[in-house]
Amino acid sequence: MSTPFLSVRNLRIAFGTRVVIRDLSFEVASGDCLSVIGPNGAGKTVLLRAMLHLIPYEGEIHWSADARLGYVPQRVAAEKNQPLSVRDLLAAKAAVLKLPQGELAGVFREIGLAAELFDSGLAALSGGQLQKVLVAFALLGQPNVLLFDEPTASLDELSEERIYELIHSLKQEKGITVILVSHDLSVVYRYADQVLCLSKGRVCMGPPREILTPEMLEQLYAAPPKYYRHSETHRES
Amino acid sequence: MDTSQTYTLLLTVSFALAAGLVGCFALMKRMLLASDVLSHLALPGLGLAFLFKLNPLAGGAATLLLGTLLVWQLQKKTGLAADASIGVVFAVALALGAALTPSEDLVEALFGTFPKLSLFGFLVGLAAVAAVILAILAFKNRLTLAVFSPELAAATGLNVNRLELYYLLVFSVTIIIGLRFMGALLSSALIIMPAATARQVTNGLSRFIVVSMAVSSVSVLAGSLINAFVVRSSTAAPAIVVVSALCFGLSLLKKAG
Repeated sequence: MSTPFLSVRNLRIAFGTRVVIRDLSFEVASGDCLSVIGPNGAGKTVLLRAMLHLIPYEGEIHWSADARLGYVPQRVAAEKNQPLSVRDLLAAKAAVLKLPQGELAGVFREIGLAAELFDSGLAALSGGQLQKVLVAFALLGQPNVLLFDEPTASLDELSEERIYELIHSLKQEKGITVILVSHDLSVVYRYADQVLCLSKGRVCMGPPREILTPEMLEQLYAAPPKYYRHSETHRES
Repeated sequence: MDTSQTYTLLLTVSFALAAGLVGCFALMKRMLLASDVLSHLALPGLGLAFLFKLNPLAGGAATLLLGTLLVWQLQKKTGLAADASIGVVFAVALALGAALTPSEDLVEALFGTFPKLSLFGFLVGLAAVAAVILAILAFKNRLTLAVFSPELAAATGLNVNRLELYYLLVFSVTIIIGLRFMGALLSSALIIMPAATARQVTNGLSRFIVVSMAVSSVSVLAGSLINAFVVRSSTAAPAIVVVSALCFGLSLLKKAG
């Protein structure tokens, strides 16, 4: 059996006394798409951040020696005040990683953005355009694994569809391993090879058709009754 | 104008270049106002130096650097935003400075002077300016990533926390260079106003930086000359700040039009 591309063993992440993830173990094979699902607060983003070594954790997160990570965050507040163009942002990363500047035009073509957007200010971009720029940013340095944190959370349906098509084609054409946190279960069903579900204290993993059953989902997302009571009192007041 | 005055003018103009450059990143980091306050950290040191007849620059530099480290630590340890931690340290610094500085020296400490510079002082100043400019240019790409998104910068492999410290130190050195000419209250004006002006009229990073540095040095040159031949005050700082304010006013017109 070949060694896994990513292997996570006995992972435990806590902030102070609050344990977000406990005793989590799983593996991802090279070229696979792993989708992470679960209710808000289950630790999906925390898990991604640990995989990127951005936060401390206990246990083991082991990437294959040739793994090159690219990360696409949920959203970045592109402030109206930043005098940065798309080119400025991509060129800065290329310079930090000492990449040839020619790679800029390459990633820009790859994500299918019009060339004239290259010199426009980040603040002038639409939500969908900005998200594509973030994918281009992640693609600099030729990663072989991309981590997405709900990449379409702030987008309309059409832009959302385009981002997922882009992710899918990157996976198919370049063999990029994808780790995708998503709330959109139909997308997960279509594109994921494996699904990891996180919920308070429970973990399950398997192919979509085994995990995305009505019973499993009810267990995963079942809301405790106190939430309903809260909304009722809210309405009365 | 004698030789030492020429040195002073040349050094003030080169300080302006550094201030205009540092200010660009202060604006992007949303710490322009914080930077204003940071410069006041020099005041207790200036006061002590005047009190004990020491070199004011050394005194100001000491408390400014100490205060900067304190601000950085407060931010890191308590998770306070930069403005909150700077605000706390600033109030203490201003109070201490006002209490310590002999009243006859207070105006010079607050608003600067037009010192007679020796060749040695001039060269040391120039070296400091060159160090600031080279440091910012060396960090330019890393700073750009960090202002866009600290998280993405960290994911790219940068130590964002250390970068923040480097920037604060370079920033403090810039203020120290300007301290004698501009005083504790106005030395940050050349960091703030040219960057704000440049932001009004540019959208890309390179032009933003070039315009900011140009506005800053033009303000110093014009302000110093106006002071030397018209106002004849002991410090050129107010005239310099008024000129840079005019530039800002003009940039508003351009933006509106």
